[in-house]
Amino acid sequence: MFEILEKKSLNPTVTLMKIYAPRVAKKAEPGQFIILRTDSEGERIPLTVADYDREKGTITIIFQIVGGTTEKLNHMNEGDCLQDFVGPLGRPTETEGLKKVAVVGGGVGCAIAYPVAKKLHELGVEVHSIVGFRNKDLVILEDEFRAASSKFVLMSDDGTAGEKGLVTDALKKLIESGEKYDRVITIGPLIMMKFVCRLTKEYEIPTVASMNPIMIDGTGMCGGCRLTVGGETKFACVDGPEFDGHLIDFDEAMARGAMYKPFERRAHEEACNLFKEVK
Amino acid sequence: MANMSLKKNEMPVQAPDVRNKNFSEVALGYTEEQAIDEAKRCLNCKNKPCTTGCPVQIDIPAFIAKVAEGDFAGAYDVITKSSSLPAVCGRVCPQENQCEGKCVRGIKGEPVAIGRLERFVADWHNAQPEAPVQKPASNGHKVAIIGSGPSGLACAGDLIKKGYDVTIFEALHVAGGVLSYGIPEFRLPKAIVQKEIEGLKALGVKVETNTVVGRTVSVDELMKEEGFESVFIGSGAGLPRFMNIPGENLSGVYSANEFLTRINLMKAYKEDSATPIKAGKSAVIVGGGNVAMDAARCAKRLGADVTIVYRRTEKELPARAEEVEHAMEEGINFKFLTNPTEITATEDGWVKGVVCQQMELSEPDASGRAKPVPIDGAFFEIEADCVIMSIGTSPNPLIKATTAGLDTQKWGGIIADEDGLTSKEGVYAGGDAVTGAATVILAMGAGKKAAAAMDEYIQNK
Repeated sequence: MFEILEKKSLNPTVTLMKIYAPRVAKKAEPGQFIILRTDSEGERIPLTVADYDREKGTITIIFQIVGGTTEKLNHMNEGDCLQDFVGPLGRPTETEGLKKVAVVGGGVGCAIAYPVAKKLHELGVEVHSIVGFRNKDLVILEDEFRAASSKFVLMSDDGTAGEKGLVTDALKKLIESGEKYDRVITIGPLIMMKFVCRLTKEYEIPTVASMNPIMIDGTGMCGGCRLTVGGETKFACVDGPEFDGHLIDFDEAMARGAMYKPFERRAHEEACNLFKEVK
Repeated sequence: MANMSLKKNEMPVQAPDVRNKNFSEVALGYTEEQAIDEAKRCLNCKNKPCTTGCPVQIDIPAFIAKVAEGDFAGAYDVITKSSSLPAVCGRVCPQENQCEGKCVRGIKGEPVAIGRLERFVADWHNAQPEAPVQKPASNGHKVAIIGSGPSGLACAGDLIKKGYDVTIFEALHVAGGVLSYGIPEFRLPKAIVQKEIEGLKALGVKVETNTVVGRTVSVDELMKEEGFESVFIGSGAGLPRFMNIPGENLSGVYSANEFLTRINLMKAYKEDSATPIKAGKSAVIVGGGNVAMDAARCAKRLGADVTIVYRRTEKELPARAEEVEHAMEEGINFKFLTNPTEITATEDGWVKGVVCQQMELSEPDASGRAKPVPIDGAFFEIEADCVIMSIGTSPNPLIKATTAGLDTQKWGGIIADEDGLTSKEGVYAGGDAVTGAATVILAMGAGKKAAAAMDEYIQNK
């Protein structure tokens, strides 16, 4: 069984957990993900590896409470065990040959962007991190990002943290000011990644986006996570999760991501009376 | 005196309009009387043509003779000398092309119902109080099996009985492979699959679920670092194929693998399941194999109006005869000589319909097979809000990509000889990972052959 060794609330809807999973921790690399089930009746959900400790045999996950399963997960505590925990899945982030990279994260996607920034930083790559949140209460991993970046820009929709505006505004400013990146790595909401990729295409900067579609097995068997990249169907679990951002069909990915929204809303409401509408 | 009836004893089944609304098993199995009566139809031929039709060479006349005598325990012993999963094979083997296809009684009338008798014997055995299990004496050698589907289970079963220390690595959270995630409950109850696996565990087989070989651990690490002397790869058929027609990634389009996994593995058909499924109001299934029949019958049970489209005719359907018959009885529509060319969309990106082209069969070519060819301009649209693609699979590249020195075919299947030996010393493979999508029994046969070869390899090292 996979014990929860540490649990920490990063903001009201985002939680960090360290899970004991030595086989996974031995192999995990930034950019890869795991699939877990909370209990024997639970669904399988993919979460990206936020950090790992090979010696202690732990994997760190950071998740936002968005549906029934993340709600249940958030109700588990240190000492509890997850039913299933499998990984590492997907291909690690490619870091070879990079000298200067902009890492652009949004919301809980920053939890995935951070280990990438950290790894690049450790490899001696010059890292500029641009992270965006809706407001100051939702900011996560600020200190960690600062430590892993030679330049750090914090953006918020309402201006309560860092500068007011979108991550694309900040990225554009840096590019316009003459910063030359050999790659942009973006992780966050689909709509944000779509606009980051649109911007970098104008400047012809190679860009990688990390996709997190609906998945079941995570080994290529079901094809539920498929997306169109450069006109070809790809499976995020085995071909990804990172793809050339200039070739991804983001609109299709957004439609597919919304497939079970009504179901999730119901599951979320059933999980907690507080979410029910007052009659 | 043999029973000379030209017809098989019918097997009791749930009525079609009852069963197409539930997920309980369709066929209910013979009673003891029916089984004995059917067994008496066997002429006990000397040359046993049925046995030559069986991929694992069960001594069929011998087990049937035991059934005719009412010695069901004796019949079970005969079957399990050759087969590790009789309750499964009795239900899912394509008997009409194998044992029953060779039965002498089939020349004039129907063959002996060998599959139904095998199922009867296995179910009878499983209903008896469990005898205490004698664990085989250890021979001190460690072997690893990758994948817990039919080939892996058969391989594990034979090796544990020879005294090996056997560990099965399974990527999913439940063992059984396609028996668990693919074949639906109404055709193969999951309790039967789990019982077979529990039986292997009782003999000492270890099952490590949640382990993706190629990611969590590699074949080379298993052999070099974890002390496994030989490895069997039974990783299955792999990635679902799509047609590459417009609209295939719309919401509401599933691969049959995904649709069936949601239902069978994740129990999405149950009201309280955490995993959702949408079979919609009208579902179109593309394909004509067993998997297509399974998907169609599941969609029907979830309340959809279901149409199977297949580009050839009824005669060429690759599915088991009984599955096609059951599907038709359950009210599933078939559109033959029909090939989808596009999936159309609603404004919000959901499936709206399937545009199809009418086909006709050409004159048989040199191989004797007639090809479906499109009729110019003959297009029509079928309304649908769910489309399930069931047109086959291509091998998973993961193990090949992470195992040095493992050769594969151009199309991705692992290259293995008659005994399952791959291009890598000590590494064997079998089942769909080698042959491409085939049947449970062929996979089992490959697992057994490999087990014998692995034993010989280790003993002669």
